[in-house]
Order: sequence, then C-alpha cells, then structure tokens
Amino acid sequence: MKTYAKFGILTVLIVGSLVWLAMGGISETQTYYKTIPELQKMGTQAEGQRLRVGGNVEAGSILKNGSRVTFVLEQGAQHLKVAYNGNDPLPDTFKAGAQALADGHLGPDGVFEANKIQAKCASKYEAKPPQNLTHEASTPSKITEVKVPALASRSGS
Amino acid sequence: MENLGALAILLAFCLSLFAVAASLAGKYGRRPFLAVSGERAVYSVWVLLTVAAGLLVYSLITGDFRIAYVQAHSDRAMSPLYKFTAWWGGQEGSLLLWSWILASYSAVAVWTSRRKFRNMMPIVIAILMTTQAFFTGLITFVLSPFHVLMAGNGIISVPDGRGLDPLLQWWTMAIHPPMLYLGYVGSIVPFAFAMASLVTRQPGEGWIHTTRRWAIVTWLFQTTGITLGMGWAYTVLSWGGYWGWDPVENASLMPWITATAFLHSVMMQEKKGMMKIWNMVLVSATFLLSILGTTLTRTGLVASVHAFAQSPIKPYFTTFLLTALVLVIVAISTNLKFLKSESKLESVVSRESSFLFNNLILLASCFAILWGTLFPVIMEALTNEKETIDTPYYLRVEVPIALFLLFLTGVGPLIAWRKSSLDSLRRAFLVPTLVGIAVAAGLGFGGIHHIAALTAFGLAAFVTTTILREFWKGSRSIQTKESMPLPKAAFELTWRNTRRYGGYLVHLGIVAMFVGFTGSAFNLHVVQNLGLGQTTRFGHYDIKLSSVNDGSNDNYEFSHAALEIRRHGRQIALLEPEIRLYKASQSQNTIVGLRRALNEDLYVVYSGVLPDGSKATFQFYQLPLVSWIWIGFWIVLFGTLICLVPSKVRYQYARTEVVGIASKPATVQS
Repeated sequence: MKTYAKFGILTVLIVGSLVWLAMGGISETQTYYKTIPELQKMGTQAEGQRLRVGGNVEAGSILKNGSRVTFVLEQGAQHLKVAYNGNDPLPDTFKAGAQALADGHLGPDGVFEANKIQAKCASKYEAKPPQNLTHEASTPSKITEVKVPALASRSGS
Repeated sequence: MENLGALAILLAFCLSLFAVAASLAGKYGRRPFLAVSGERAVYSVWVLLTVAAGLLVYSLITGDFRIAYVQAHSDRAMSPLYKFTAWWGGQEGSLLLWSWILASYSAVAVWTSRRKFRNMMPIVIAILMTTQAFFTGLITFVLSPFHVLMAGNGIISVPDGRGLDPLLQWWTMAIHPPMLYLGYVGSIVPFAFAMASLVTRQPGEGWIHTTRRWAIVTWLFQTTGITLGMGWAYTVLSWGGYWGWDPVENASLMPWITATAFLHSVMMQEKKGMMKIWNMVLVSATFLLSILGTTLTRTGLVASVHAFAQSPIKPYFTTFLLTALVLVIVAISTNLKFLKSESKLESVVSRESSFLFNNLILLASCFAILWGTLFPVIMEALTNEKETIDTPYYLRVEVPIALFLLFLTGVGPLIAWRKSSLDSLRRAFLVPTLVGIAVAAGLGFGGIHHIAALTAFGLAAFVTTTILREFWKGSRSIQTKESMPLPKAAFELTWRNTRRYGGYLVHLGIVAMFVGFTGSAFNLHVVQNLGLGQTTRFGHYDIKLSSVNDGSNDNYEFSHAALEIRRHGRQIALLEPEIRLYKASQSQNTIVGLRRALNEDLYVVYSGVLPDGSKATFQFYQLPLVSWIWIGFWIVLFGTLICLVPSKVRYQYARTEVVGIASKPATVQS
C-alpha cells in the first residue's frame, strides 16, 4: 500500500500545482464579454475593466494612421468608437461590414481602447443561405488605406 | 440530379437505421442471417454516400449554381482543384464528407474483422451505424447539401457562385479539413470495438490488437491535420504565429491528446493487463472529443475567429453528445469488474509509473484546454455573464505540462518495468543527464536567461541523447554480432522491432517540434514606417525598402513592396510582401514576405501606407526555430509509418516479463 500512497501524494502534488497555475491564469486573463448596449449601460463602472466587445464595423469608419487604427462598431442603433493600438497587424477579415471582436478597456473619453482585434467576414464560410443574389457590391471597402499614388509613381530606389 | 443525391442520402439514413436494428436483432434474437444483412447494409451505406458525394462534386465541377451549396461555395473562375475541395468548403458538404469517411471506415472495419470477431461485430456495427444515422439524418432533414435555390424563392437563373474565400485557396487549407476528419472520424472505430468487447465481455485483449493500427493511422491523420492547420495559419494569416488557442484549434488538439495518451496506455494493457478502465475511458474520451470538436467547428457553440455562424444543428449535436456520454458512463460503470487489473504497481520508479504519469499529465493538459475552451459556456450558465480567457492562461498551464512530458519522453522508454534499481538508472541516464545539463549551462552562459526555454532545451538534449544512444547501442551490437556495416545494422535494428524504434523516431520528431515551439520565447516584433530607399536595422538584419508598386489584374488589385534584406553587409534575400483586394469577393488578403532558415525565420507583413503617402508601414518579425516544427512533423510522419510496418521478427511478450534496459530482449519467435 505504501507505493500507492506515494503515487497518491505525487498525483495530488502535480494536479494541485496545475490547478494553482490555472487559477492564476484565469484571474489574469478573464475578460467579460459585453454587447455595446450593455457596455453603455455600465457607464463609468466599465472604465478600467478588461472587456471584449463585439459588433459590426461601420462602413467608411476605418481610419488608419500608421499602426493606430480607429473605427466604429455598431450593433443595431448603438455605436461605439474603438481605437486599436496593438502590435499585431489587423486580420485580413477586418473590413467594413465585418463582425469584429475588440479586447481592451473603455477609456474615460468613451473611446474603447483595444489591444486585440478579431474579425470574421460575415458573408463567408457560414451556413446561412444567400440573402440577395445580386450582390449589391458590398460596401466600397477599397484598400483606400493602401493606395498611394505618390509612392507608386516613383518606385525604385 | 439534386433529387438523386438527396435520395441517396435519405436511403443511406434508412439503411443505417436498418443496420443497427438488424445487427442487434441478429445478435440477441440469434438470427445470424439478420446480422449478415446488417453487415451488407454497411456496405450499401458506403455505396449510397459515395454516389451522393459524387453527385455533389459533379455539380460543383460543372457549376450547377441552381444548387444553393454550389452557389455559395464556388464560382466559375475557380480552378477545378478548388472546385473539388469546395466539397468541404461549407457546412453541408463538410457533414457529407464526415458521413462518407465514416461509411468508408465502417465498410473497411466490417470487411476486415467480420470473421475474426463474429460475436462482437453486431455491436460494432450498431455503434458505427448509430453515429452514421445521426450524421446522415442531419444532412437529410436539416442541412441538405442538395437544397435548390430556385425552389420557392422566385429566382429564375443563377449566373455565378460566390466563390471560395481567398484565404482558403491554399493547398494546405484544401487538404487540412479532410485530414482532420480522417483523424476525428477514425477514432470511432477503436471506440466501437472497445465498447463492443466490453458489452459482450470478450476475453483477452483482442480489440486492442485489432484497433492498435487504426489508432495509429488515425493519430497520424490528426497530427497531419493539426500541423497543416498550423502551417496554413503561419504562412497565410499574417500574424507571425501558428497557434492562437482559439476554440476551434483547441477542438482539434483535445482528441489528439487523448489519442496520444491512449496509444501509450494500451501498451500497459497489452503487456501487463493493467489500466483497463483507463483505456476504456481514453478511447471513449477520444471519440466524444472528436464529436465535440465537430460540434465546436460546425455549430458555433463557442464564438471563434474561425467564424462558423450560429446554425440550427447545435441542439442536435448537444443531444447526441450528451446521450453518448451517458451511455458510455453506464457501459463502463456496469462492467467495472470485467475491467479489473491483472497486476499491481510496485514502485514509483518504474516503467508502469512513467506511463501512469504520462497519462495523468496528458489528461490534465486536455482538461485544462477543455476548461479554457468551454469557459464562456460554463460561466454563462453559472453567472449569466459571458466571459472568456486568453492565451496567457493556456501558456501558464501548458508550458509546465509540456516540460514534464518532455522529461517523461526521455525517461519512460528506458526505465525498467516493475522496479528500477539505482544502478540501472545510472547506466541509462547518467550520460543523457550530463548532456542535458551541459547544453542548458552552455546556452545559459551564452546569454540565454529564459528559465523555461533553458529547461526545454536541456530536456530536449536529454531526450535526444537517450534515443540516439538506444539506436547506437542496438546497432553496434548487431554490427558486431552479424558483422554488417553500421547503417545497415541500424536498419536491421529498426526492422526487427518497428514498433519500438519507430516510436523512438516519433519521440525524436516531437522533441524537434517542442524545440520549435520553445523558439517563440525569443520572438522579436516591431512595427516600422519606411520611406522609399530607407534602410532600418531589425534584429540581425538590415532591411531596405526598394520599391512599392500598385496594380491590378483580372482577379485582384494589389499593392506590392520589395525589401532587400542584408546581413553583415551581404544581401541574403529579397522579400516581397503584398496586399491584395479580390474583386469578386471584396476581401483583402495579405501575402507575407517570408525567409525561412533553420535558425530563424524573417517574416514581413506589409500593412499599407501612411495617409500622407510618405512612408509605408511594415510589421517585422524575427521568429527563431520555427522551421523545426515542420522538420519535427516530417520525422513524426516517418516514425509513425515505420511503426505501421510489421516487424521482421515477432516479439512475444510474456505478461509480466521485465523488458528493462538491464534485461535481455524478450524471446524471439521467427
């Protein structure tokens, strides 16, 4: 029986330390998921908390300035201004009309400061039957941020 | 056409139900002819689903856009290859692929084992075909791939489809889903055999011998599928990473972990008659997690970047999963006596104990991932608030687990069964331990102070040494005994016991992958604005922006940058990252500039130009050791294939024999 006792102790030690690590990890990264109306209902209470907000990216609201990107998330009639200052490049799926999730916190000026953006293209991969077959050229989300005639005209070093 | 396809699926659904009923009636009503007709129904289901799948693929290739699925997932401009892969590009088609793979596996399993296990085959068929009925039922009544757009929608003609997302138009993505499915679905066969042997109380370990190969093959498919997914994320998603602990990624990893645990612990049952309950639990867990994985990817149970919308099939999946879970618990708990262990643990320092800890730690790791993945669902149920947890949580738990696993990978295969003496421990592990410490110390003095990384590198060296020494010692003894050259002796050694030495190779590959993962501790990343002709210093490189071009072709508009990469003044690469805007789908696609090397990758993402047009913005990543992940995968693949080759000589393990390092190899039967 002594062997089994040793096993028991070792197992408890291993599992115990893993649970301890997991608890730490959870409290460190736990993020509340809020909709835009919920966030606005929270008012000042929301400031400083780690939050994740979801919504659709409003057409024509994306402004890029170097690595800082601002845009507006909308859900129904509710709008939320978001500023992204993170390190990672934005995902390709992030564009006007896409569903996006922003992780970050609400600043005192009412702008949501995000450090992580996830996005999914609303029209693809999903099981939803096509709503309209005549594709009204879904929001002119040209790569306006990319187009630079000035640079392009004098390519070469 | 579409009617024929839908009819084939409907018939397949009916026949799977018939197979279940006939097999059970045949067995319990003692009517052998019914059992045989159950077997035949299994083959017929395969034929019917092959017809259905063939019709869907035919519609995709000929562009029959009247069919909703074809319209939604392909267009005229796509190459025939991607038209074919559009089969699994969407929900309905994926489920059809699932069913078809299950039907194929079932047919093969029934064909190869129908004589050997006459007694338990009806139960095996019942389990396989119940699952089949569930999936064919879904694509018959809920999500038919042959749904026609025109019916009742007032649409007259459909000129073109909506195409496949450009992100998915990559060869890795084209074969990633079927690989994962082959892995997921394959786990049902060992599960069915295990449950059947439990319910019919088969004496001996017959089901293990039969399903071991299945388990290895499906494990290989899972490994390949997961690695393809990582490779795709790395080269296509342009965020400088390959794993994001996303629910869908986790879903693919969990059954892989339990399958890995199962492959290890079946050895305990084969050789010592121990851990029988445990094996039942693992084989069931792998099956249930595969279904859960399909649920997560297919129903949007947890919000995920992989973006599968909320769909009507969620309640069906949840019901199926919970019913299966309850049945499994009942089956195991009512048969506990049958699963009694034949030997006892004798020492903490033994092969048995290393297996036990290997399993414990793998399961803990799986549970941690499961907890993290389902956390939002659990919290919402408990507190009515949605919460998520993120990467740091996984890293905190999984890094120590990975290190401990690495340690066991080195120790496990060499430690003696039953009980290891101090002397044998010293003989087996003194040299590897010294090598491991030397490597860690060397790197430490070389300027690396990341504790977890140092531990990982030290352990990697330790494990590699133990494995190489095993090959070396074995080959040397064959070399002297049979007087053949060393490479031939190594070949001979591997062939004599493919399972063992193939397994060592797999371990070696896993070590290489872990070395690659460890490299991420030293990732470097900056965002930099560069004007034309301007040079910047990043990590080991001097990077000069030599040109930016905009343009357009039939398919997309693009902005293209060219960067000269120099190291020590010498040009080593020209990287050309690009941004594309696809005209048809209006979706943007970033093409990464990537220079791969064994020591580190240089990864450049072009993210646009400043509003005033003066400078272009780039993300530079220096990612050490990433290539070792892919190299490690090829070693794993090679090792697993060796495991599948029958050994030249058949080792017969006496049940309680000591096959430790100090003992002679077991009796050989030619």
